[in-house]
Amino acid sequence: MDNLKAIVESLLFVSDTSLTIDKIKTVLEIEDRKAIHNVLTTLAEEYESQKRGFFLAEVAGGYQLRTRPEYGQWIRRLKQTRPARLSRAALETLAVIAYKQPVLRSDIEHLRGVDCGGILRMLLERRLIRVLGRKDLPGRPIIYGTTKRFLELFDLKDLGDLPTPKDLQALGEAWPNDST
Amino acid sequence: MFSGLFGLGQAMVEQIQDQTPYYVHLGDLFDGPMDLLVHLVKKNELDIYDIPIALITKQYLEYLKLMKALNIDIAGEFLLMAATLVHIKSRMLLPTQDEPEGEEDDPRMEIVRPLAEYLQLKYAAEDLVKRNQLDWDVFVREHCDDDTEFVDEGSENLVQVSLFELIDAFQEIIKQVSPEHFLNITVDTISVKSRISQIADILEQRGSVTFQKLFETQATKGDIIVTFLAILEMARSQVIRIMQHVSSGIIRIFHG
Repeated sequence: MDNLKAIVESLLFVSDTSLTIDKIKTVLEIEDRKAIHNVLTTLAEEYESQKRGFFLAEVAGGYQLRTRPEYGQWIRRLKQTRPARLSRAALETLAVIAYKQPVLRSDIEHLRGVDCGGILRMLLERRLIRVLGRKDLPGRPIIYGTTKRFLELFDLKDLGDLPTPKDLQALGEAWPNDST
Repeated sequence: MFSGLFGLGQAMVEQIQDQTPYYVHLGDLFDGPMDLLVHLVKKNELDIYDIPIALITKQYLEYLKLMKALNIDIAGEFLLMAATLVHIKSRMLLPTQDEPEGEEDDPRMEIVRPLAEYLQLKYAAEDLVKRNQLDWDVFVREHCDDDTEFVDEGSENLVQVSLFELIDAFQEIIKQVSPEHFLNITVDTISVKSRISQIADILEQRGSVTFQKLFETQATKGDIIVTFLAILEMARSQVIRIMQHVSSGIIRIFHG
């Protein structure tokens, strides 16, 4: 396919979730992963060098066109809807689930030292976490994990893209006295 | 409520700027005993691996007293932490046996380990905030798949569904079942109870689901009736809310 780059670009343009190489392979009925990967890289470089308003983000195991963060303020004005941002307590709960999954509610609460029932329900409603199953313990407690939406929301390639405990330690030392 | 003692001003500003429901902020303000400990450690510029336990216990108890004086309900967690601190303090006072003082013997480890882990988690949360958040820093093309349509439950386009509308919708679904299925006599049908738990699972995962969707996989009339009964039962015990979109007429079931 000579125009592979343009075709892949058109797929990225219409797709509303992140597009995996496998998905592109199936749609185009070609086997050559490397060729797809190459055009994706070329596209990303082109957007970068032409200073486009959007860029090709590697997120949730795939690729997605996203607007540049520096133009966020203008888009927020265009859309005029204020998304409900997550509270600190919700972010902490999400962080525990992201790092410790599969995890039980009791483990989350043990770590945070407070009841998390309401927050878990809200995170489930916003589809940032999901129920992975139930543990074979008395009461059959629910096991939680994060969703693809979580990766998309926080611009993560995959869970391995989260900073390691060591990175976090360094972050902590960088700001010893941040505001509480 | 608690960190109101040291962060009420900031919290109130957030409250005014942000129109999100209040309960989220309640969680924000009331961050539990670990948060108070972190605050004390930071305020005194302490090394968490070498906490002067007497000082921390004293300050912690002073805060509890202050909270009581301000008529703030002290949650059980705070009292449990107070008990733990006092217990550690008393163990520190006891003369140690002749063994060399290893780190493992330090009674403070009981509090240091969870504290270190809690701090790490706070940094992890900070890191999430700093990332480019979707629909805030970065945007993608608008979603348009019909299943995620009008899941915004706060929308004014949703109305509560009456029992009669629900029965009408049910009759529509019964009509769609091909007649040959009516003759099947199935012994091994699903109970209302287990169907309820299935629906609860679906709602737990997705937040909401269309009325139609719950009947999609059912082949027999019996299964369909069981599903309908399950929905009625769940609505009665207020586990779910059933809403209808004004213009499209789609009935959607929400988590209570």
